Amino acid sequence: MSASSAFNDEKGGSSSVGEPEYGHDPASGGIFSSDYKRHDDLKEMLDSNKDSLKLEAMKRIVAMIARGKNASDLFPAVVKNVACKNIEVKKLVYVYLVRYAEEQQDLALLSISTFQRGLKDPNQLIRASALRVLSSIRVTIIVPIMMLAIKEAASDMSPYVRKTAAHAIPKLYSLDPEQKDQLIEVIEKLLADKTTLVAGSVVMAFEEVCPERIDLIHKNYRKLCNLLIDVEEWGQVVIINMLTRYARTQFLNPNINEGGGGEKTFYGSDEDEDEDEEEKEKKPYVMDPDHRLLLRNTKPLLQSRNAAVVMAVAQLYFHLAPKAEVGVIAKALQSSVLEPGMFEPYLKSFYIRSTDPTQIKVLKLEVLTNLANETNISTILREFQTYIKSMDKDFVAATIQAIGRCATNIGEVRDTCLNGLVQLLSNRDELVVAESVVVIKKLLQMQPEKHSDIIKHMAKLTDNIQVPMARASILWLIGEYCEHVPKIAPDVLRKMAKSFTNEEDIVKLQIINLAAKLYLTNSKQTKLLTQYVLNLAKYDQNYDIRDRARFIRQLIVPTEKSGALSKYAKKLFLALKPAPVLESPFKDRDHFQLGSLSHLLNAKAGGYQELPDWPEAAPDPSVRNVEVKESVRAVGTVTYRDTGALWGPQKMEGSEGCSFPRASDSASGSESGSGSEESGSGSESEESEEGSESEEEEEEEEEKDKKKKKKELKKPTIAPSSVLKNYELLHRITGEGLSVEYCFSRQPFSPDANMVAVQMQFTNSATSDTKNLHMEDVKLQSGMRVKEFPEIGEREPEDIQCTAMAVMGIDFCDSTQAANFQLCTHTRKFFVSIQPPVGELMRPIFLTENEFKKEQGQLMGMNEITEKLTLDAKCRNEHAIVQRVTTAANLSRVPCGSDKECRFAGRTVTSSSLVLVTVATKEEGAAQLTVNCEKMVIGTMLVKDILLALTQ
Amino acid sequence: MIHSLFLINHSGDIFLEKHWKSVISRSVCDYFFEVKEKAVDPENVPPVLQTPHHYLISIYRGKLFFLSVVQTEVPPLFVIEFLHRVADTFQDYFGECSEGVIKDNLVTVYELLEEMLDNGFPLATESNVLKEMIRPPNILRSVVNTLTGGSNVGDTLPTGQLSNVPWRRAGVKYTNNEAYFDVVEEIDAILDKSGTTVFAEIQGVVEACVRLTGMPDLTLSFMNPRLLDDMSFHPCVRFKRWESERVLSFIPPDGNFTLMTYHVSSQNLVAIPVYVKQNINFFETGSCGRLDITIGPKQNMGKTVEGLMVTIHMPKVVLSANLTATQGNYTYDLTTKVLVWDIGKLNPQKLPNLRGSLSMQAGAPKPEENPSLNIDLKIQQLAISGLKVSRLDMYGEKYKPFKGVKYLTKAGKFQVRT
Repeated sequence: MSASSAFNDEKGGSSSVGEPEYGHDPASGGIFSSDYKRHDDLKEMLDSNKDSLKLEAMKRIVAMIARGKNASDLFPAVVKNVACKNIEVKKLVYVYLVRYAEEQQDLALLSISTFQRGLKDPNQLIRASALRVLSSIRVTIIVPIMMLAIKEAASDMSPYVRKTAAHAIPKLYSLDPEQKDQLIEVIEKLLADKTTLVAGSVVMAFEEVCPERIDLIHKNYRKLCNLLIDVEEWGQVVIINMLTRYARTQFLNPNINEGGGGEKTFYGSDEDEDEDEEEKEKKPYVMDPDHRLLLRNTKPLLQSRNAAVVMAVAQLYFHLAPKAEVGVIAKALQSSVLEPGMFEPYLKSFYIRSTDPTQIKVLKLEVLTNLANETNISTILREFQTYIKSMDKDFVAATIQAIGRCATNIGEVRDTCLNGLVQLLSNRDELVVAESVVVIKKLLQMQPEKHSDIIKHMAKLTDNIQVPMARASILWLIGEYCEHVPKIAPDVLRKMAKSFTNEEDIVKLQIINLAAKLYLTNSKQTKLLTQYVLNLAKYDQNYDIRDRARFIRQLIVPTEKSGALSKYAKKLFLALKPAPVLESPFKDRDHFQLGSLSHLLNAKAGGYQELPDWPEAAPDPSVRNVEVKESVRAVGTVTYRDTGALWGPQKMEGSEGCSFPRASDSASGSESGSGSEESGSGSESEESEEGSESEEEEEEEEEKDKKKKKKELKKPTIAPSSVLKNYELLHRITGEGLSVEYCFSRQPFSPDANMVAVQMQFTNSATSDTKNLHMEDVKLQSGMRVKEFPEIGEREPEDIQCTAMAVMGIDFCDSTQAANFQLCTHTRKFFVSIQPPVGELMRPIFLTENEFKKEQGQLMGMNEITEKLTLDAKCRNEHAIVQRVTTAANLSRVPCGSDKECRFAGRTVTSSSLVLVTVATKEEGAAQLTVNCEKMVIGTMLVKDILLALTQ
Repeated sequence: MIHSLFLINHSGDIFLEKHWKSVISRSVCDYFFEVKEKAVDPENVPPVLQTPHHYLISIYRGKLFFLSVVQTEVPPLFVIEFLHRVADTFQDYFGECSEGVIKDNLVTVYELLEEMLDNGFPLATESNVLKEMIRPPNILRSVVNTLTGGSNVGDTLPTGQLSNVPWRRAGVKYTNNEAYFDVVEEIDAILDKSGTTVFAEIQGVVEACVRLTGMPDLTLSFMNPRLLDDMSFHPCVRFKRWESERVLSFIPPDGNFTLMTYHVSSQNLVAIPVYVKQNINFFETGSCGRLDITIGPKQNMGKTVEGLMVTIHMPKVVLSANLTATQGNYTYDLTTKVLVWDIGKLNPQKLPNLRGSLSMQAGAPKPEENPSLNIDLKIQQLAISGLKVSRLDMYGEKYKPFKGVKYLTKAGKFQVRT
């Protein structure tokens, strides 16, 4: 490749990134010569003032980095472009910087000021990426700058920036562990954050920086449990693993009194309000409501699509749940080696296919072996028989071992297994035979007296089997049980003596062993043979064998010099040996947390946190109680909810947050984070609520006092507007003179509280009479119901004044589906339909400010919708807003401490789901609308309608 | 957590490396190559390897190894799942996940990896979010961008990142609003020599392609939801509605996604659509063997079985096959020793049959195991478990979308032992 090809590159257009010349082996020497020149081109391109050229150059440079080529000499040229306006160029420069800054620390410093500027950018994405890059540049000299940036970002308005701050914490920690104390402060602050976005990342930071500071979790425990389901998948894994450890330190072992305990505890949590006063040791075990909260809130995650989440929940249940409940994880988890029994119903899921990869086969085999018991062993053995024929020989060997383990564990089938294995001895494959011999040897040791024929059979095999391990095993067996085969044993030794010099080392050792044993039991026949073998061994190349021969000779052949030991030779050699226990290779890893890397490798990986044992007595559960104001103050910062200036007392602190750029786009998510103060007590969990009930009440009282004072200052609540909108049901012309209008009267419909009252007004402008006005053929969506209006008699023509009114009730099932029916007179039928605006599907309710906040806190996450809007010019005052909102939706005003905010509340008519609306106004007509409603559909539609009402 | 990522092709070249913390030399991969050499099949490479200073966690997808390096404790499944998500994202962006395509889009790939992980911890993995930050390649746009100097990178934070429904981007608009669902079921089964079912289960998946304007809220209900067992859901599905009403209620991501996967494992519910009569013999003498396979319909609910194919991994000693098929073609690959019989549509009147002789290496002992048969098949418009979608309702938007459900049954790991 010459300069000309480089020249072509330059003109190559945008897609030249994938050009073949880059694809070549990066190490091929030919490139280096042209590299230098090419870099000159790139430098030129980077220096040009055309963004497209710069972009092109950066793309090529990044492609070089991706391929692992060195592009470090371009550093000065690249770093100049860090402030480039083009966002893609900028991003690619960031990529470059992060890669090379560590190598070129001095030059990297040139870029720092750009990032510092970026940290103040009104665009939250820019703020976040500036922090990301700044924290990824591993240059020690900027540690103080990083620290400052992280601290600032941790109280940024945008949850995304705060998330980035959480990510930056471990980066700084790995760069300079001395910052730990300061970083813990930031972690503490971020742990108090109520957005799901931040939760996962900050727990990750916690795990990397200060996993031992379990006390930081107390106040956030309940919040984390409650947010968990809305956190993104990766965060869920980290949080669940951390909470498993936390629970092990804070709660009692649910299986402490095995058996009886399990059932009771399931419901036990209902009646343990005053648990702390009582002495736990003497009481039967009662599960801490917080422990229950964790188990309950993680359970639905077993249905996550993410296997890592499922595994995390499974290990949580395995380590924390009462025995009776662990079963729930079995179905979700069919690929792990856990306690047998639990998986028994799923036995067949572990049957092996010939196409499975070997490691899967071995794992499945392990599971099958662990699941084997008296009842299913015959099925499993039949299955094993097919495996033995497999072409994958490693797998066959594993299967034979598995059979051996089944045979040792289940006494009933020992003989069957043994017979099966003996049959395998005539297998053509040597590996299979060898493995069988090894396993048979182990099995025979358990009851040798019964099986002398098998031993004989094996003795014959020595002629054929070449696998050393198998030969060695056979020899050992014969030696060990030579009294069972007194005739054959010396003959075997004879053959072995002949082939001694050609045997493998382990076989030689066993030959010596056999010789020694035979010498001791049957010296008459074997004395000479033994001598011969020992002589051969004496001159063997392997010193182990020479040593062994020397040792044995001294021991067994009596001479004058032989010491006291030789008397005991027989005892030494022919002692009764205990039968071996065939063990799973997967044993002994129980002490690692399930699903962890350490568990898999059966070795402690760096950064592994031990799962502590359950405490003897539960630590004080009240540490997890959360008090609103205290928690806010304790972390010394403002939750972004407060920067929205909700109530007076915190507004002062809120100003601190205001010093940050208030980007117009950064506010959108901020409301969503307004997790309730009470969220710790579990949103819909009655059981767990008791624990914190008392201080909630106190709080409420405080709130009430506060509110009373405020009420004096604020305007009284404005009643729902009485202006009702009329809709046309039947036009005069289509109705041939009969026109019908309807409105939603917003009165409770007395016959059925679940129905929306629809008031209809009939006007007859035709020339003829209209009689028997009634409804027919009502077509409704499933679930909807209609209460028809009573039949209306005659309507005189021309009597315009005399209009008739009727009220009907419709249960719309909280949907805006139309109710279709026919309006019948004595002569005609008209098809009509009534479709309610979403605002009419609710009825107003009265809430106090505190109740409102509490309810709102429970309708977070997916139940909350936030929109930004610019208010219509005529609608800039509070009165107009209230007017318009209440016209759009049948809601009532909720008193509020701030004049920047209007709140409304209602319940849907059918299901009584809460509907909470907040309109927060800002300068210059900007405003933010938040709707919290359990029924998301209603919520979304309501947002649209109110938006329309406020902007037009 | 995840320290570095290496993409390695089939022949062992590292063609992409990305580091999220300080740079780890690519020589760390040598440990991996060592193991890979030993393993006959790429699938047999253990997913987790331990080296003196690092742990290597890898997956094998589309003939590529995604090898990540970690240094500290991390749940291995976390990494494996993430690597699969990376591969899924490439597939989603470029239509396939192969070496060529990744090399062609190296910069986009790099930008994606940059966004997906921060300091080794996943940052943005939702396809809808990523697509707002880094637009997928598209010929028209690349032309426009070259002319105008525009870029493929978004400059504002994707709305999904902050919303309660991170998987859906805001401001979606379509002129044709459509929602299609594919119910695909795979039968995993093992049949023994005599044709009795040793094991059978159904792995089902509901794939969705939703292109709807605005923020639709969908409810998908089934005629017989009780069939389903062991489901896992896309994060958009509301667990509570499923638990209480057995309906799938969700605000869908925009575009293609997997809504749910499920198992049907109780054996009497799993219908086996075909039966296989087979007779494979190797003779002790004469170094040859006979093969005779007939396939017929069994429980196929009155639908036609299509795409029928039989794959047999022959023992190494089989040199060639001399067979006649009454329907379809057969091929025998001499190097891999794989016999493939592509039958096509199953005609119940005239059952397809393949018979003939196999010649073996002279003097080689007869293989002790008969090779098992892997069956492939397809049945259109049928979910073999009997699962049926009863209705799809949309709330929250006013327009009427086009809706459609397709069913498909396939053979998964369907093996007949001989």
